[in-house]
Amino acid sequence: MRYALLVQGAPYSHQAAHSALRFAEALIARSHRLETVFFYHDGVYNAQRLATPPQDEPQLVDAWCRLHHEHGTALLVCVAAALRRGVVDERESRRHGKQGHSLESPFELTGVGQLVEAAMTHDRLITFSP
Amino acid sequence: MSDRSPMPMLVVLRHAPHGSSWLREGLDVALVGAAFGQSVTLLFIGDGVEALVKGQQTGPLGQKGTHPTLDMLAMYDIETLLVDAESLAQRGLIETDLQLPVTLVAPERLPSLFAHHAPVFNF
Repeated sequence: MRYALLVQGAPYSHQAAHSALRFAEALIARSHRLETVFFYHDGVYNAQRLATPPQDEPQLVDAWCRLHHEHGTALLVCVAAALRRGVVDERESRRHGKQGHSLESPFELTGVGQLVEAAMTHDRLITFSP
Repeated sequence: MSDRSPMPMLVVLRHAPHGSSWLREGLDVALVGAAFGQSVTLLFIGDGVEALVKGQQTGPLGQKGTHPTLDMLAMYDIETLLVDAESLAQRGLIETDLQLPVTLVAPERLPSLFAHHAPVFNF
């Protein structure tokens, strides 16, 4: 089946992102496809380029990126939720006259419309919230 | 939009206004769904029923507030506003305390409500 995940919990603050990643690995192990992960609400912090957790803790940002590189999963971040919380890519940073950017690549900023679209076009949308 | 869902979309609002951004961000999903041509139902349940209480102001809170967004729902053709009757009663509220006309839903009707909507978004 084609899966999409909706992640709404900040990493390291809540279980939601950890659970979403474990679920992602489990469904891929069962030969399903994880095509999209949409980050909304405090879930946008999962895309923080500058996140620096202690080395002996799970590296959540890296784990999301690995899903993209190994399985082609699109990592979509709601732009409105992200900008409010200081998660900006180079383009938005420039547009708003800020210095530096904080969105890790290959996460991409996108609209909530992509979440609605994902819910329509995938077989399952599973939500992980705090 | 590549597909249009044959069932209406359900947005479940479970948080009170002002204390967190759950309500605002949930309403945003409802508005975008409607703008994409989906038929949208809102279900206010738990503390979410407080979103509808009349006469709210943000004042010193310094937030934008969600009550103006609620008044805009009709413009987006979002007219099915369901309120969990039990949640409302538990908070000592009645229908006339609410800023918009709603339909009360008895708890035993909730399972079939969820079964007849897709997708379902929980906030």
